[in-house]
Amino acid sequence: MAILDVKDIRKRFGNTEVLKGISFSLEQGQVLSIIGSSGSGKTTLLRCLNFLETPDGGSIAVNGQVLFDAAAAASRREADIRRSRLHFGLVFQSFNLFPQYTALENVMLAGRLLAKEQPDYKARKKELLDQLDQRARALLDQMGLSSRMDSYPHQLSGGQQQRVAIARALALSPDILCFDEPTSALDPELTHEVLRVIRSLADQRTTMIIVTHEMAFARDVSSRVIFMDGGQVVEEGPPSQVLEDPVQERTRRFLESYHQSDRFTGP
Amino acid sequence: MNLMLQQFPVVFQALNVGFLQTLKLFFVTGLGAIPLGLVIAFGSMSRFKPLSALTRLVIWVVRGTPLMIQLLIIYYFPGIELHNNWWGGGESGRFLASSIAFIFNYACYFSEIYRGGIQSIPKGQQEAGLVLGMTRGQIFYRVTLLQVIKRIVPPMSNEIITLVKDTALARIIALQEIIWAGQSFMRGSHGISGAIWPLFFTAVYYLLFNGVVTVALGRLEKRLDYFR
Repeated sequence: MAILDVKDIRKRFGNTEVLKGISFSLEQGQVLSIIGSSGSGKTTLLRCLNFLETPDGGSIAVNGQVLFDAAAAASRREADIRRSRLHFGLVFQSFNLFPQYTALENVMLAGRLLAKEQPDYKARKKELLDQLDQRARALLDQMGLSSRMDSYPHQLSGGQQQRVAIARALALSPDILCFDEPTSALDPELTHEVLRVIRSLADQRTTMIIVTHEMAFARDVSSRVIFMDGGQVVEEGPPSQVLEDPVQERTRRFLESYHQSDRFTGP
Repeated sequence: MNLMLQQFPVVFQALNVGFLQTLKLFFVTGLGAIPLGLVIAFGSMSRFKPLSALTRLVIWVVRGTPLMIQLLIIYYFPGIELHNNWWGGGESGRFLASSIAFIFNYACYFSEIYRGGIQSIPKGQQEAGLVLGMTRGQIFYRVTLLQVIKRIVPPMSNEIITLVKDTALARIIALQEIIWAGQSFMRGSHGISGAIWPLFFTAVYYLLFNGVVTVALGRLEKRLDYFR
């Protein structure tokens, strides 16, 4: 059974239809890359999956459980949406770390607040907090940040901040981790360290959806690639097909424009 | 000069009593207006249009008219027009009316500072909280609030320093604050009359107290310097 089933997601802002019926599914441990030019709807799709936007149509199911169905969207309560969000993690282009908390506190905050909702929180407080602390430290360690746990975001480089953000998203053990152009705000050197971390997550079979402009990385790390244009899935398949031998003319043109800009900026 | 030195102990005592009333009005206004301003700020940012429109109308009126007139209306209107003086007589009545006028006036100014502060926090902070399963309340108290406080300390310092001096306006309804106390030596009080220096001397109190306020707010600003 697919871990994620997205059916016919539609979204419009005013008169503009940004998503015109997106469907795809994802298996446990797969990495899906979504490519496409700016304005193709990639980011809106991720935001719909994380319920930062409410789709106008379609449904989203995780592990067979329907989390969202546009037909019943009006009756959804804030608390249900909150619980649905926990199935997904999202790493933003601009990191969005909480500036007043240290790296470690950033990773622990949401877990600590969720722990308080457990009925036996008072009795097991110390045990629960110790667990959270250990997990947060282990994640930061895995991100190569064991020496920066007590640093505040402004004391970290962009690459370090993004790695803290990845640890923060992983701390809640989401079923699917989403990345929205995770390296677009970084220079090439820092891009590399973030991509290395994402690759190691792929090696550990973390289910991920990555919106990216890093074609070489997408080819390398993805199990599947979706090319989006004008709010639709134009082409979908293994990276060897979509990125190297696309069937659709539109995909080919997009990739060509990429290679051309590579030639301009390349060494 | 000699006369002034003779008068000083009596004047000093009377001015201290007046300044105590000034301080009382200052702290009561602060304690009332700082939280009330937040309520008004939420009202003005409400997605429920009639509420935000009404709140902004009130803010416009309160900020657009002199505090002195607001004081006069609030103090005299119930007694003269409604023949029912809510405030009760004497100094306690004047203090109550002054407090209401000051709290409401300052809350409106504060609310606009809060609104600016809240709206200046990047939307990504709220979204990061949401995708981590935090409630809107948790996001406000755990994420946004401290960042807002950091940003509003400088403009709030300005308002608070102005408030210290604005308390003098309560003199218009004869609240016995320090200006009233200083002035009383002109017409005669405590056996001293025709002395104008006590009124001028009240400025020293304001200046010193604002020095204390400035240092305290500067410290707060420093304490929030650990993040950006």
